[in-house]
Amino acid sequence: MKSAVIVFPGSNCDRDLAVAIRDVTGHAPEMLWHGESELPDGIGLIAVPGGFSYGDYLRSGAMAARSRIMRAIVEAAGRGVPVLGICNGFQILTEAGLLPGALMRNEGLNFVCRDVALTVENSQSTFTARYDAGETIHLPVAHHDGNFTADSGTLDRIEGEGRVAFRYAEAVNGSARNIAGILNDSGNVLGMMPHPERVIEAAHGKTDGRRLFEGLLETVA
Amino acid sequence: MKTRVYVTLKGGVLDPQGKAIHHALGSLGFSGVNDVRAGKLIELDHDEGVSDTDIEAMCKKLLANTVIENFRIERS
Repeated sequence: MKSAVIVFPGSNCDRDLAVAIRDVTGHAPEMLWHGESELPDGIGLIAVPGGFSYGDYLRSGAMAARSRIMRAIVEAAGRGVPVLGICNGFQILTEAGLLPGALMRNEGLNFVCRDVALTVENSQSTFTARYDAGETIHLPVAHHDGNFTADSGTLDRIEGEGRVAFRYAEAVNGSARNIAGILNDSGNVLGMMPHPERVIEAAHGKTDGRRLFEGLLETVA
Repeated sequence: MKTRVYVTLKGGVLDPQGKAIHHALGSLGFSGVNDVRAGKLIELDHDEGVSDTDIEAMCKKLLANTVIENFRIERS
């Protein structure tokens, strides 16, 4: 599977994400600088990593969402290429209009950095095929702006269409309806605040994140 | 020429920062404040030829996230 990890000034989970993709798929992703205008031909996965792109200036993800490579990503997403945004990547995808809603400052204003329990809500997507619906998994979160917000009509719509991929099993950051990760309307774009790439091998203490990449390998290949 | 853009959270959107500021004012002994909402002020220094329409487009495309924010343009 040919893949790319997009790198912005201030990205800091790009290498962890690349290692996770390489370990699971057997192919190292291309590290693609945000100033590029084209994606590799035949790309099977675009991964937008966590970090603090552009120092979170203006709003988290706002500047990165207007970078040159994003035009190619929006176009590829429209063709059905899977796009995975983790943490700052989720913020960037909402700012780019690929996902609904917005991620605001955490309720309580604390930077939350710990393992959290999540319920897998949708096990039918490209990203969640290796999980069971209703299953509880544990992934680390590390964010200041993970408080998912959307108007009630949008929330009802994404819930009704099965587009909530992961939900916090506990209160974490004030997110509307405890939403931790959502899919776009065609199911090929996933944004999530927790970090699956940080728990993929035994040495990490948990491996709950590994199946996300395994599912991608099976469904995208 | 200068234009000020005020970016504020929409009415229904909870404002964690505003709430924290409100709480801090209370703990400093200031009473009578019923609510606090925090926003942004962005000052643009620009050519005469930049129109209202241009600035509105800037707001919609970058300066404000219209999912959660409103903006108000004040030209001087």
